[in-house]
Amino acid sequence: MKLLQQSMDPNQKRAKAVDRVDSVDTGVASFDSTRMCPFPDEVLERVLSLIDSHKDRSSVSLVCKDWYNAERWSRRHVFIGNCYSVSPEIVAARFPRIRSVTLKGKPRFSDFNLVPEYWGADVHPWLSVFATAYPFLEELRLKRMAVSDESLEFLATNFQGFKALSLLSCDGFSTDGLKAIATHCKNLTELDIHENGMDDLGGHWLNCFPESLTTLQVLNFASLNSEVSFESLEKLISRNKSLRVLKVNRNISLDQLQKLLLQAPQLSELGTGTFMQELISCPITDLKTTFSNCKNLVTISGLWDATSLYLPVIYPACVNLTFLNLSYATLRSGELSNLLQHCKSLRRLWLLDTVGDKGLEAVGAHCPLLEELRVFPADPFDQEVFLGVTESGFVSVSEGCPKLRYVLYFCRQMTNAAVATIARNCPDFTHFRLCIMNPGQPDYLTKQPMDEAFGSIVKTCPNLQRLAVSGQLTDRTFEYIGKYSKKLETLSVAFAGSSDLGMEYVLGGCPKLRKLEIRDCPFGNGALLSGLTKYESMRSLWMSACNVTMNGCKVLAKERPRLNVEVMKDEGGDGSEAHKVYVYRTVAGPRRDAPPFVLTL
Amino acid sequence: MESGYSRVDVQEIHPQLLDLIPKERNWFVKRGDDHDHIEGRSRRSHGNGDENTLELRLGPPCVEDWSPRSYKSVTKASVPVPNTSQKRSAPAPVVGWPPIRSFRKNIATSSSKAAPPSDSENVVVSDNDVKREKKMESCQKGFFVKINMNGVPIGRKVDLNAYDSYQKLSTAVDELFRGLLAAQKDTSGNQEQEKAITGLLDGSGEYTLVYEDNEGDRMLVGDVPWHMFVSTVKRLRVIKSSEISNICLGSKQAKIQL
Repeated sequence: MKLLQQSMDPNQKRAKAVDRVDSVDTGVASFDSTRMCPFPDEVLERVLSLIDSHKDRSSVSLVCKDWYNAERWSRRHVFIGNCYSVSPEIVAARFPRIRSVTLKGKPRFSDFNLVPEYWGADVHPWLSVFATAYPFLEELRLKRMAVSDESLEFLATNFQGFKALSLLSCDGFSTDGLKAIATHCKNLTELDIHENGMDDLGGHWLNCFPESLTTLQVLNFASLNSEVSFESLEKLISRNKSLRVLKVNRNISLDQLQKLLLQAPQLSELGTGTFMQELISCPITDLKTTFSNCKNLVTISGLWDATSLYLPVIYPACVNLTFLNLSYATLRSGELSNLLQHCKSLRRLWLLDTVGDKGLEAVGAHCPLLEELRVFPADPFDQEVFLGVTESGFVSVSEGCPKLRYVLYFCRQMTNAAVATIARNCPDFTHFRLCIMNPGQPDYLTKQPMDEAFGSIVKTCPNLQRLAVSGQLTDRTFEYIGKYSKKLETLSVAFAGSSDLGMEYVLGGCPKLRKLEIRDCPFGNGALLSGLTKYESMRSLWMSACNVTMNGCKVLAKERPRLNVEVMKDEGGDGSEAHKVYVYRTVAGPRRDAPPFVLTL
Repeated sequence: MESGYSRVDVQEIHPQLLDLIPKERNWFVKRGDDHDHIEGRSRRSHGNGDENTLELRLGPPCVEDWSPRSYKSVTKASVPVPNTSQKRSAPAPVVGWPPIRSFRKNIATSSSKAAPPSDSENVVVSDNDVKREKKMESCQKGFFVKINMNGVPIGRKVDLNAYDSYQKLSTAVDELFRGLLAAQKDTSGNQEQEKAITGLLDGSGEYTLVYEDNEGDRMLVGDVPWHMFVSTVKRLRVIKSSEISNICLGSKQAKIQL
């Protein structure tokens, strides 16, 4: 069968089943008369319904036509990593019984303003199709999609049993849209609004939750800025006893937090409001007691303005904490150290670089189980204030935390030797994202490029899935990456490389590469076209401010009709340069909603 | 500073534009007379003006084999330019670099409480209003100045970076002092109606807003563009409008404490 043959192509093996629907007629269930399965469809479906993992489901769907059909009928959740790789009609035709959808839109660099406004990724066409195909849709998780208030209203009013909405890095809506959700979704279990480009018109949306709503489990409005009515919030919390995740915004005071926690001691994840208050109405010991009564707490975030004055109130809860997000608290090393002494079980820690290298020493000393560390710069554009963290802090952490798997580290100086040490100490890295903030900066001691640093990472860490490089890098870095990183799926490159060879090394190696995003590198058409046979096995390629031209892109588009090769027109320039290129595989053909500045070749 | 100056805002509107001006407030104060000129320049053109006070470099000195073509396309988006006048090399801001989401910018310097809900500065441009500026988290350093009001013994402090117009400042002043003023007037212990403090800017109200500038002079609020005001103001005062004539008449002798 054609389907089976396709599965033999090694490049296509890992492709998500949804993305490879093209050759299989999704609507027609024409069975062979000779059945390959000895038991009825219903049994097969029942068995397959227990499989959750997308990868497993993709594999299942490739076994034979019966299994393909059983899989598609039993699937409840579909994950679409690139909303333009497939159309809503195709999805609806293939999977008739979906209850939960995860949809991702814009390229990741849109988070850093590299994608112009009105680029696309509008969720509405999806909702229109889903209203007919999946009237019983329960969950929708969107990332980097354009979402309007009208869409939110449409969602709230067309899906009766709708339960869970998560919006991450989306834009285009306002709190009015949230009002619609709160008002109409009678069975709401989750409202998770996180870091979106949205209009915050006030906190009145919270008042729209009806008195009858008692099913809420997740409420996150930490990144909204307007004040909500505390009275409404308190009432909401007190009647929703299943609430396990509550993340409030900065406007909620310590006094108010105290009251909320008294109503919701069952919380497992808490995002506090501001942690500074001139005078609190209850004694500090009361707050401490309240925290100690929250026996299920495993995650704490928020903590804006926290200082050593009130931070100790969370100490009783720290013993069970697995995730502590201090990335909004400008703590210094001493405060952090005192806090971490109580956090022996910590697995994930997010910090601001105000803690300095000394703070990171404390991390290494007190958190032996740490698996994930993210250190953000408090002041990325202004160096006058604070040097932040250096290579020495990173090394300290690696010495005390050998189980580190995920690191995101922003710093202003780094050395090859330090990274080599870190790699030796932590060979289990799966995600290594190092950002030396000055573009193209070499090893500050030896003045050499940072090639050997990343070389040591890819050589020493066989499980590396995601890598972000920075600093001054020649093609050698990419030679190492292409040669050694067998499991690499995502690579981010900026201000690096010397010639086309760099990109060619990566495209020639890295068998599992799915996402490649490049900016400001001297890679041209030769490099772009060297990946001709590879792009269909990847989700997407982004190249901006490189040396690629329109001609190169046209060649790529011509050779590979199943890729969308999109060029974003630049304001200046002579038109022959391809300033921003976004290439992705698709079964949906060229975009029909592309704005004028996006050219599909 | 006012939104027109903020590099973050301008970049978000015009992602292609390059801002070569390092992000220091001192820079604007030095060029006292040229505010309009500079503001106009920073809004209109980035890096294309005749006065290139900053030296463009090709990038870090050790990078090999950058063809001229690549340089051209790179400068469009990003060229790190060390500013030698600073102690440490501070590269000029580059679009989208470092790769930090807007929500995380300037956490160290944003003020502790968000601005009053009616004046929420943290509003992002909607699909309907392209011209409105995007501000995620408050991305300016807090700029607090003292403000006193005649007849109120306790002063307040106001963060001028939270506002971008005189009108908003005037509203804020009303909010800050309305209650205090009412409390002062209420000697009998009765709850007196709080009266709004209006007409601060045009002389029509009972009170007028004045300020002391960086040269020590007492000035009426409202004459100069907002950003110029913010760069020169040292403290504010709310005085009775009737007092203004007294100040003008007897000023040389009377030392009125600001």
